[in-house]
Amino acid sequence: MKHKKPTVAVYKFSSCDGCQLSILNMEDELLNLVDAIDIAFFLEATRAQRPGPYDIAIVEGSITTPHEIERIKEVRAQAKTVIALGTCATAGGIQALRNFADAEEYANVVYAHPEYLHYLKTSTPIAEHILVDLELWGCPVNKAQVIEVIVALLNNRRPNLPPHSVCLECKRRNTTCVIVDKGIPCIGPVTQAGCGAICPAMGRGCYGCFGPAREVNTNSMAAMLQKMERYPGETVRLFRGISGYAPTFRTIADEVLSTSKEAK
Amino acid sequence: MKNIEVPALARVEGEGGLYIGLENGKAVEIRLDIYEPPRFFEGFLRDRFLQEVPDITARICGICPVAYQMSAAYALENALGVKISPQARALRRLMYCAEYIESHALHIYMLQAPDLLGKESALELAVEAPDVVKKALRLKKIGNELLKAIGGRSVHPVNVCVGGFYSWPDEKAIKSLFPDLEWGLQAALDTVKLALTFEYPFLEIDYEFVALHHPDEYGVIEGDVLSSKGRKLSIAEYETGYIEEHVRHSNALHSHTVDSNTYLVGPLARLNLNHEQLMPNAKKALQESGIQLPLKNPYKSLIARGIELVHFYEEAIQLVKEYKPTGPAHIELKLKAGEGSGATEAPRGLLYHRYKIDGNGMVQFAKITPPTAQNLPRIEADLFALAPRIINMPEAQATLTAEHLVRSYDPCISCATHFLKLRVEEK
Repeated sequence: MKHKKPTVAVYKFSSCDGCQLSILNMEDELLNLVDAIDIAFFLEATRAQRPGPYDIAIVEGSITTPHEIERIKEVRAQAKTVIALGTCATAGGIQALRNFADAEEYANVVYAHPEYLHYLKTSTPIAEHILVDLELWGCPVNKAQVIEVIVALLNNRRPNLPPHSVCLECKRRNTTCVIVDKGIPCIGPVTQAGCGAICPAMGRGCYGCFGPAREVNTNSMAAMLQKMERYPGETVRLFRGISGYAPTFRTIADEVLSTSKEAK
Repeated sequence: MKNIEVPALARVEGEGGLYIGLENGKAVEIRLDIYEPPRFFEGFLRDRFLQEVPDITARICGICPVAYQMSAAYALENALGVKISPQARALRRLMYCAEYIESHALHIYMLQAPDLLGKESALELAVEAPDVVKKALRLKKIGNELLKAIGGRSVHPVNVCVGGFYSWPDEKAIKSLFPDLEWGLQAALDTVKLALTFEYPFLEIDYEFVALHHPDEYGVIEGDVLSSKGRKLSIAEYETGYIEEHVRHSNALHSHTVDSNTYLVGPLARLNLNHEQLMPNAKKALQESGIQLPLKNPYKSLIARGIELVHFYEEAIQLVKEYKPTGPAHIELKLKAGEGSGATEAPRGLLYHRYKIDGNGMVQFAKITPPTAQNLPRIEADLFALAPRIINMPEAQATLTAEHLVRSYDPCISCATHFLKLRVEEK
């Protein structure tokens, strides 16, 4: 029996386009993918646009303007299933660094006439605005995980995504721990797997692209990192990076900052 | 005929719209609405450690992250007054080859060619010409595989650092790509032949072309900033020749030359200024194409990209052959306060960075001028030049011709969010 192909819309909010590109980078699977799903709206790939409602909405990017708050509600209203794609959509992305600073001051630094700009003081994940059915982390996302999510949805099953931290990926590829062996600060022990532990494999520390892993001991991690800082404030900056606004990371960064202030 | 309005441009990186207002058969208003929101990179780069900068600037653009890493790394190396080893420099060129291959194959086949073939997308094209699309995907994939072998992944690779690379990529992994690269060189030569069969809309503009120029190689990293009007500046002098301004009434940062000209960066500029430095096969492909330089039709930048695709496959083959990691992958840095600028050629044009750092290596100031920010005033001027040719066309065709012009620039709107609501009015 032949089922009707599910309709899919791909949207971009505040982002770099890299996660959408991960879809176009499925060079071996793209043509099979379009056999299995019906791409109804995907501006980066095609001019053809069909109106909703859609079965699946894939959303890249974070919410940084008043207009985006309205748009994301419209996306929700038009889609049965909403997938937040990538760390901008799941944690606010690198542009969420403004959340720890004065966005107005940033605007003054970058633009001569900041009064012309329309922006929010914060960059926030999609789930702060609408109900999100599934979050896929990564900066960028791992395309094998994107395929897994789509295949799982097509087969009405739960996607199989790794719950463990980057450490296990290092073990699997036989990478010696960069913290233990070289004294290099690395937040792999508290970061979700998914990248394949590429940074430690190159002799550098993980900087948290896939967001916090579940049930991790960030206090212990922070205490260790503070002893091995290569420049003042490295621990805070490691947590306040690509996934800095994810609650687990932002809480520990705040704690480290407040205790180091007390110590002074 | 009615005004031309494209509320959402397709097949560009980032999001924007296009509006051409007509009055008595003349374009009176052209507006390139960039609704891509500002992300304030130059703001939050301050007070970050210099070694974090290439990882952060990569996130400006998912299509050309390597360019953002390279310009940042060179600028910061200049600020510290250090030079990377010749092997690291060769690997940077190889990494750039990979990005050009991936980005140009994407643009030629998936972003621009559908316009020339009357299709909505490469996916639609795949229905009737699956072999062409499969070949295109393989051409692109090889670039991504090479990037992955060097940088760990193709989008936001993780191996570039200030001072060189974190570690040498595995020699076997690099060399194993050799057969694919040889296939790719042939496929790139076929791409040029295919590109020459397309019928391009007619438009010739007397551009001022600006690109990096290096006497010994096709200018991509290092060299001078050369203009077709004869202006030659060192990278450190870039800001004395090219000025970015927040123009009143336009809500936009606007790049122009010191003598108030718009200018063009990207494949046409590079090919016109640097064709003598092309690799032999690319040079031959250019000669056999019968194209007279300077190439002045913006739509034909697809042909320039094709010739560059040949060049970068060819250069990648040579660099892979010569790849022999020896010595440390990066130099040890001695931190000191300083200021430095860096410019490299992103696939879509010159990308300039300047940083000030303090004695602890923390960024005090950052300035980034992306290629699309430099090209947008030119795109708008081209649309004015195009308007008289398209106003008598049927509406759908006129709209497509204008849209196609914007797409032919391969604009990266995510990078250029210094531009908001670009607006031009004829008084």
